[in-house]
Order: sequence, then structure tokens, then C-alpha cells
Amino acid sequence: MSPREIWIAYMTIVRKEVQRFLRIWPQTLLPAVITQSLYFVIFGHFIGSQLREIHGVSYMSFIVPGLVMMAVINSSFSNVVSSFYGAKFQHHIEELLVSPTPNWTILAGYTTGGVIRGLIVGTLVFGVSIFFVRPEIYSLPLIVFFIFMTAVVFSLGGFINAIFAEKFDDVSIFPTFVLTPLTYLGGVFYSVNMLPEFWQKISKLNPVLYMVNGFRYGFHGFSDVHVGISLLILCGFMFALIYTALVLLEKGTKLKS
Amino acid sequence: MYALRVKNLIKTYRNGVEALKGVDLDVHEGGFFGLIGSNGAGKTTMIGIITGLVNKTGGSIEVFGLDRERHLNRVKKHIGLVPQEFNFNMFEKVQDIIIAQAGYFGVPRSQAIRDSEFVLKRLGLWEKRDTVSRQLSGGMKRRLMIARALIHKPKLLFLDEPTAGVDVELRFSMWEYLKELNQSGMTIFLTTHYLEEAEQLCRNVAIIKNGKIIIHDHINNLLASLEEETYVIHVRDTSAVNLLENYHIRILDTSTFEVDLNKKGSLNDFIEQLSQKGIKLVDIRPKGNRLERLFLKLLKD
Repeated sequence: MSPREIWIAYMTIVRKEVQRFLRIWPQTLLPAVITQSLYFVIFGHFIGSQLREIHGVSYMSFIVPGLVMMAVINSSFSNVVSSFYGAKFQHHIEELLVSPTPNWTILAGYTTGGVIRGLIVGTLVFGVSIFFVRPEIYSLPLIVFFIFMTAVVFSLGGFINAIFAEKFDDVSIFPTFVLTPLTYLGGVFYSVNMLPEFWQKISKLNPVLYMVNGFRYGFHGFSDVHVGISLLILCGFMFALIYTALVLLEKGTKLKS
Repeated sequence: MYALRVKNLIKTYRNGVEALKGVDLDVHEGGFFGLIGSNGAGKTTMIGIITGLVNKTGGSIEVFGLDRERHLNRVKKHIGLVPQEFNFNMFEKVQDIIIAQAGYFGVPRSQAIRDSEFVLKRLGLWEKRDTVSRQLSGGMKRRLMIARALIHKPKLLFLDEPTAGVDVELRFSMWEYLKELNQSGMTIFLTTHYLEEAEQLCRNVAIIKNGKIIIHDHINNLLASLEEETYVIHVRDTSAVNLLENYHIRILDTSTFEVDLNKKGSLNDFIEQLSQKGIKLVDIRPKGNRLERLFLKLLKD
């Protein structure tokens, strides 16, 4: 395929993906906004007002980046896992498999769909947070980088999950048993410095901690971990997941008999 | 030039099932080829390997002289597939499905919209263009899959049992359309259970049994190999039919019987015999389907 034809194929996948989640927006965009709004009200407003400041910012202000990041992680992951698994389940993934669209373009198209949904949800949640606390911005480029890269990484994760999934249960196992605990224990609601030393070390094995802290650094200018390490971890995960997904597509794992 | 050359194609599934055991097959450019076989004979596996849905275990495939492995994307551009099972997104609209498929082949959206109008009108689906695909009837879904396979103007079209579960009227109209496509230069590769379909449409036929091609020839040569022809005879009364000696006869009812006539013998001789015995002939016709009998004979052998 010529570069122009590849671009057409890529845009076709992206358009389909975006139309899909916009068509069912009460399922894809609204729930994350409502859930995170409840967190803002209960943890940020009601409970947070009783708590002391963390690193010199109010508790409400402290949890905003983490809650935005949590929404981005869940939305980008679930968009790709449900869309790609749906395509497998209904067999219309075969429309792509018989076409000359290169594997990397298929991966890029689905990932872009997940990133766009993640960024829309993240923006909406951040918009809601403005009703509760005045936003602070320390470094806009870092905010954009961390939110974008996190959406990419979890979209790729959703894609790989969908490749291996053989039934609908498999689509929810990883988010329920791995993603949610990692996110909740990833410093969304607290600073890991508040934990005993042992648990601090354990927490630092959690990649989500680096993403949340990197993103929070962009808002407040402080982080529990070194921001450079956060950048490296995100890039490392991205390349590892791209490589894994492409190998799986090339082999046709769980896609071709 | 060959549209398709398959050499020593082997497929062994992970569970040990040998679906293809070294298949060799040639399809000439512009040909109308039929692959016939029982369920599980390996027809869908073979189409799956050629079109990219199944990984092969061994062998080689050339499409219009291009090695499939080395020129995968160029080969895929030449191929259209109408699979056996419905495999489109049940929540998408008819025209959106077609336009997206064109996009996957690199066809610009504006051109895809124009082409989709032509192909949907030709297949009688234009009025349904904004209908969600799951609301279509079975026959319409089948036509939607044909429209989708044609949108990027393939040179080689694979149809895996395209008329399965389709009513007679639609089947005949699809046959006419496939003939039209073939006459326009498209090479067609068809698998079917309906042997009448193969006899009507295909110029070359192969029969596959247990993952091996057991016969591959021009349809006329295959049919010529049948030594006997069966005729259905309508007479006023079959009571005197038993007087006909030296003929293999089966009486069906009081006015109908079947007779197997050796091709070396003459139909005229048989009709004369009827006349001599005073049996009044009302109607005579060959019993279809000849290919079916050949198929059953080969499977038996």
C-alpha cells in the first residue's frame, strides 16, 4: 500500500472507533464523569475539607490529577478492549485481516481510538474539577505528555487483552483484578511518603504510581518519584507493548487458526 | 496466466487435524472455478489460507504470478472474499460497512461513497443503505457480503457457499450476477454444496475429499466420464414397462419410471422399444443432476 492508502485505512479505523464510542456516549463518556464527580464531592469536598494539606496543597487539589488519570486509564483501556474483542466476537475483524492494511496500522488505528476517548473523558473530568477547586498548572507540556502517553500505554494494553480474550469474562478480568488495584494503590488518593518505608518500596513497583505522580508534577510541581524515571517508564512500557502487540498480530495469535 | 496457483498446500490444526494434505490447484485468469466437497473436506480452510484468515502449515500460493508470502499486500488487493458465515458488524449501517471496507483497501472515502452507491444499487440494497445490518433479511445479508467483497474491485473473487440458505429466486439472480462479473473479466472461485450450482456456473471443477483433491478437470470432461445417463420417463401406464428387457428400470408410480441408458446405446432405440411394446410415451427428460451422481460415485470410490 502507498503511504496515502495506509493513511486512508488508518483514518477509516479511527473514524469507526470514534463514531462507535460517540454513538454510545451514555456508556462510554458519562459514567467516568459521574464516578469521578462523586469522588470530588465525597473525598475531595466532604472528607478532604477535614484533612490537612499535602505538600502545601489542599487535599481536593491533590487528588484532581490522580482522578483525571484514573478516568483516562480506565477509558482508554476499556475502549480498545471492548471494541477489538467485539470485532473478534462478531468476526468483523476479518474485514481487516483480509485487507492489505498493515498490522501496525491496525494497531495504530485502534490505539488512536482509545487515546481520543481517554483524552475526552480526562478533559471532561478535569472540567468538572474546576467547579470544586481552582486549577494550578506548573508545566503544561508535562501534563499533555503524561496524559497522552498514559492513554497510549493503556490503549495498547487493552488491545493485547482483547487479542487474548476468548470470552466476555476475559475482557473484565484484567481491569478488575489488576488495573483497578494498581490504580487505587498508585497514589491517586494519598502520597506514598505517608506510608511506612516497606510499603513505600512495594508501591514503587507499581507503574501507575509513576504515571499519576508525573501527571501531578505537571499541575503542582511536586512528585513522590523522580519525574525523569516516570518518563522513562512510560516510554519503556509503550515500546514493549507495541512490540508485543505487533508480534501477536504477525503470528495471528487468537485471530487466525 | 494463472489467477491462482496452489502448490502442496498443507494445513494441520493445533489439535492434530490435517485439514489439507498437500493440495495442488490451478485457476486460469478469467476462469469460473468450483471447489466441491463434503462438510469438513477442507474447502473453507483453503479459502481461509489464501485470503489471510488461516495460517498455513506448508506449501506455496501464487496470485496473478505474485508469491503470496513475498507480496502479501499486493496479493490481498487483488482478492475479494464472500465468506460462508455473516461476519459484518451487526450494529453498523449497510453503506457504512461497505465504505469502511473500501477504506481498508486504501480507496478514498469520496470514491468509496460513489462506488458503494453503484454496487448497492446493483445488488438491490440501495434502499436499505441506512438500515442497521442486523435488521436485514438473510438474503439481504448475503448480498451485503457480496457488495462488500466487490467494493475494491478485486480481480479474483472467492465465494464460500454463497447461496447456502438462499431462496430459489435469489439464488438464480445471484447466479446471473456472478456470470456477469465473470464475463467482465473477474476470476471466480466458488465452493458449493449445490452441485447444480457448480454445473450451471463453473467451467473447471475440483473435488476435495479429506484434504486432498481427488479430481480436477474441465466440467465437460468430468461429465463425459459418466458412462450412464438416467432419464425420467412419463407414460400413460407403467404396467407394461417390465416387458422391456436389457434395461435397468425403476418404476416410480403408475405413470413414471426411470431408466439408466448406457451412453454407447441410443435413446432412439429405447424409444422404439417403448413403441414396439405399446407403451405410450408422454414425456421424457434427463434426470439432473449429473455432477451430483459423479460426486457421489467418486466419494464412494
